[in-house]
Amino acid sequence: MKAETSRRTILAGGSAAAGASLLGGCVQPTMAGMLDGADWRRGHRLRDGSFPAPDGPVQDIDVVIAGGGVAGLATGWRLADAGFANFTLFELEDRTGGNARSGRNAVSAYPLGAHYLPVPNRDAAALRYMLRSFGMIVGDAPDGPVYDPYQLCADLEERLLWRGEWQEGLFPQSGLPSGQQAQRQRFDQSMDYFRRAVGLDGRPAFTIPSVLSSVDPRFTALDRLNFADWLDSEGFTAPALRAYLRYCCRDDYGAEPEDVSAWAGIHYFAARRGWAANGDGDRELTWPEGNDRLASLMAARIHSNLRPAHTVFRLAVTAEGRAELDVFDHTAGRSRRLRAKVAILAMPHFVAARVAPSVCSPGGLSYAPWVVANVTVSRPPEGKGVPLAWDNVSTASDALGYVVATHQTTSAALGPTVLTWYMPLSRETPQVARKIMLTRSLERWQEIVRADMLAMNPDLDGAIERIDVWRWGHAMIRPTPGFLTDPARLAARSAHPPVLFAHSDLSGLSLFEEAHHHGVAAAEMALTHLGHAFESIA
Amino acid sequence: MAEAEPAITVDSAERAPASLAVILLVSVLVVATCGLIYELLAGTLASYLLGDSVTQFSTVIGTYLFAMGVGSWLSRHVRRDEMGVFVRVEILIAALGGWSAAGLFLLFPVVGDFRIALYALVLAIGVLVGLEIPLLIRILRHRFAFRELVSNVLTYDYVGALIASLLFPLVLVPWLGMMRTGFVFGLANVAVALALLVALRRQRRVAVDVIAALVVAASLIAGLVAADRMQRWSEVAFYGEPVIYARSTPYQRMVLTRRGEDLRLYLNGNLQFSTRDEYRYHEALVWPVLGRVARPDTVLILGGGDGLAAREVLRDPRVRQVTLVDLDPEMTRLFRDTPQLAALNADSLSSPRMRIHNTDAFRWVREARGSYDAVIVDFPDPTEFSLGKLYTESFYREVARLLAPEGVMTVQSTSPLVAPESYWTVATTLESAGLHARGYHAYVPSFGEWGFTLAAHRPFAKATRLPQNLRFLTPSSERAMFDFPPDMARRPTPVNRLDNQALVRSFAREWGNYEG
Ligand SMILES: Cc1cc2nc3c(=O)[nH]c(=O)nc-3n(C[C@H](O)[C@H](O)[C@H](O)COP(=O)(O)OP(=O)(O)OC[C@H]3O[C@@H](n4cnc5c(N)ncnc54)[C@H](O)[C@@H]3O)c2cc1C
Repeated sequence: MKAETSRRTILAGGSAAAGASLLGGCVQPTMAGMLDGADWRRGHRLRDGSFPAPDGPVQDIDVVIAGGGVAGLATGWRLADAGFANFTLFELEDRTGGNARSGRNAVSAYPLGAHYLPVPNRDAAALRYMLRSFGMIVGDAPDGPVYDPYQLCADLEERLLWRGEWQEGLFPQSGLPSGQQAQRQRFDQSMDYFRRAVGLDGRPAFTIPSVLSSVDPRFTALDRLNFADWLDSEGFTAPALRAYLRYCCRDDYGAEPEDVSAWAGIHYFAARRGWAANGDGDRELTWPEGNDRLASLMAARIHSNLRPAHTVFRLAVTAEGRAELDVFDHTAGRSRRLRAKVAILAMPHFVAARVAPSVCSPGGLSYAPWVVANVTVSRPPEGKGVPLAWDNVSTASDALGYVVATHQTTSAALGPTVLTWYMPLSRETPQVARKIMLTRSLERWQEIVRADMLAMNPDLDGAIERIDVWRWGHAMIRPTPGFLTDPARLAARSAHPPVLFAHSDLSGLSLFEEAHHHGVAAAEMALTHLGHAFESIA
Repeated sequence: MAEAEPAITVDSAERAPASLAVILLVSVLVVATCGLIYELLAGTLASYLLGDSVTQFSTVIGTYLFAMGVGSWLSRHVRRDEMGVFVRVEILIAALGGWSAAGLFLLFPVVGDFRIALYALVLAIGVLVGLEIPLLIRILRHRFAFRELVSNVLTYDYVGALIASLLFPLVLVPWLGMMRTGFVFGLANVAVALALLVALRRQRRVAVDVIAALVVAASLIAGLVAADRMQRWSEVAFYGEPVIYARSTPYQRMVLTRRGEDLRLYLNGNLQFSTRDEYRYHEALVWPVLGRVARPDTVLILGGGDGLAAREVLRDPRVRQVTLVDLDPEMTRLFRDTPQLAALNADSLSSPRMRIHNTDAFRWVREARGSYDAVIVDFPDPTEFSLGKLYTESFYREVARLLAPEGVMTVQSTSPLVAPESYWTVATTLESAGLHARGYHAYVPSFGEWGFTLAAHRPFAKATRLPQNLRFLTPSSERAMFDFPPDMARRPTPVNRLDNQALVRSFAREWGNYEG
């Protein structure tokens, strides 16, 4: 039965190929898939300002949240958790979640963007509180909170394709001259120093949430350099080490080491001190749908407050100290006006500057474009060396490799799965990269993704069933040198009611913990302003 | 006669008797048939031994055709005595092609990289076969007009290909087997060489070539006679005994071997049981559990798709229902529907008391509800991360949830002698999942010293009730299984968790050391 089908498939394939060559061209069967992404038409409409004037009566409300990414959802979740209900969250897209959204097909759910949360630091008290309420922290042990083992990334976590063989971890273990290995060790020691370092203000030099890091100039001065220059000056020049560090910068910031502040580059390595029992502090939480698990749980808590497909396109502060917001409803095609005691802008900073120019200046921020492809395969990838891991990276590729959607849910290393392929377009300037990204066709992207996947896993030949491509034009803020002292960002961080800001951009680092921290902080500030009693969880 | 010989530089074939032309045309047919047979043999053998038939076939055919191209190209360097070269090529093809199947079978278990041997052989045969037709065309060029020559040669060539491609699957593989097919066609090649040598014997010295051809023919005949024995050797070298059934399912490669009364099942090359002593393993797996449960009404078996553990369980009349979860539907189907195998498990898989779920146990236990009085966990050894998940604290917590308050479970836990750390990791992990755990072990000759772990919500009853008619366990031998001599004694181990897979790592280390 099996043999029969495969023979027929070959015959069919053969005649198709023959037909194609008769037609004299490379008639390739088109691969199934969709080209999609953050809705830039709605986004660009904001830039062009072509919204109808609001009609109907002005609605009074206590709190408006503009933006339903992780930060906006965390704001709403925090308000609801404090027993506060008089708020509305507007989200431009049809679904909340922002960069943490996910897709789903018959095989599995899969991430479209953010896909994991490292076990949080001790400092991230509010986040831990939330994880506990979601059943992700299941208890306490003397050495820290106990995380639900099903949600911690299962072993094998990472593997690296290096010289034709997969090996565990993301740094080459073998075949490196001892000098290069020694530099890696020296780099680790250096990061260890920064991890332990405490500023004169008594705060850790680097932590997450990053706003709790020390402002001691001994460390913040690093923000004046770019990471590549700092590495050069410290003699970290070994090619393997630099390739690894480039991978890390692109993975977390979507940018090249030359474009990343040295402070941010070091932050990646020195800020994580995950606090968990069973030695799980250096683990990550992950789910088939990525961080949408967390986003959806937050959204479920505030379901009745959510208004997707609504763009907040204008915000001004009235003479009475209220926030006046104009909101366009994409379904009804109408605009209306609200008056809020507190408005929380949980949108990217560059959008906020457009929506509320009177209270927010754009500053010198720039955003990295990303492409994420979900590759549905009929059988899991293999390869020489260690077996399939959750995160699979190749030293020979300019993309960041792929994660396996079904890693957490099955024991069987078999059957169809979805592989999520990541690529920040960091080689060009963001403007040029965005143009490239928007002009490339689905077929071209599919070719690129397919070629890269097959270079890593030739065994996937014939197993790829579809490739869905997702484009993020302004995926994440780039922590370029000087970002720590960017006045626009600092101003937004110290805003007061009636207008507050909540977005990972306030940290300059695009991370779940940062977004969550700012969401909770804004919510608590709003509650204080409104005189609603609550106990701080931050 | 001597004067009659004109002093011109034409090929000897031109002066050959007319019968030679016939022999030559017949040899086109024969060499074409043989050539394709060797190619089919190599392709079939490669996909049989290496799996993935599409890849193997297309790479073997590609390599072979390419090598033929090389051979054709090389033919230009044959400047004289085409006939002599052709005869020697035939003898060489006979030796290489004739022995190709047997040689590859015998090499497979002993060489490090089988692919190198395979492709080297395919290349060599291909180059030689590629020389044949160009040489024949040149030999025949004065016998026929060019138009006729090309037509004749190509006709016989293609007809030979048709004969080969029909004979191979319909007659040769089923009736002769691959090794013998090789020898038979090797003999055909050598016959062509000998026929030509006989026809030419008056015009040239052929003694050396005749001797070579006869030696090759003799070796092929010897091979043909010994094919059966060699077939057995090659499988002996790989599996230790003759293979009677082999099949790759999407989940694993299943191989059944039999020598005399001894039937063995291998999954992915790992021995699962031998009928010689499986009763020892399965009695030790099942009865310490059932003997400690007062009312084993419902029993859960995780893994164990061969139905042998189920056979033991169903011997207990108190058991009302058995639920068996095994990943591979092929496995349970094979052991349910093949009379020979169903006899081994006493038709346990088709018992009305049996319920089979073919699904990933890791998923199944998380979703399952209900309560089982006895649970038997019989998974393959934790050789991979995917299997290691089935030995984790999280997995045991789910199983504990399914285990009745008075219930007892057992876990197949690898060898406490070869891999003591891995063995005791299972007990440590069961304890960390909140269960009481006790190790025991039994000697199963085909595995060696083998370990199991009992677990339950409450401390265990010491006494156990065993049925009368067991072949291995008695109350006193059962008690003795719980004693561990110092070389297998309990030692501290980590807990096997999803995020550390301590067991997969220690297992690889300990068995790696053991196997060198
Ligand atoms: C490809 C990719 C992979 C990533 N991987 C990870 C990861 O693994 N782990 C991690 O921690 N982080 C990751 N990140 C970073 C991720 O951006 C953050 O973790 C986090 O999701 C950011 O949330 P946010 O709320 O700050 O911003 P956003 O997600 O940008 O949310 C802003 C929301 O506001 C909406 N909006 C914008 N304008 C308006 C308007 N005018 N009116 C109404 N709504 C508006 C947007 O549609 C959006 O939903 C990744 C990012 C990308 C792009």
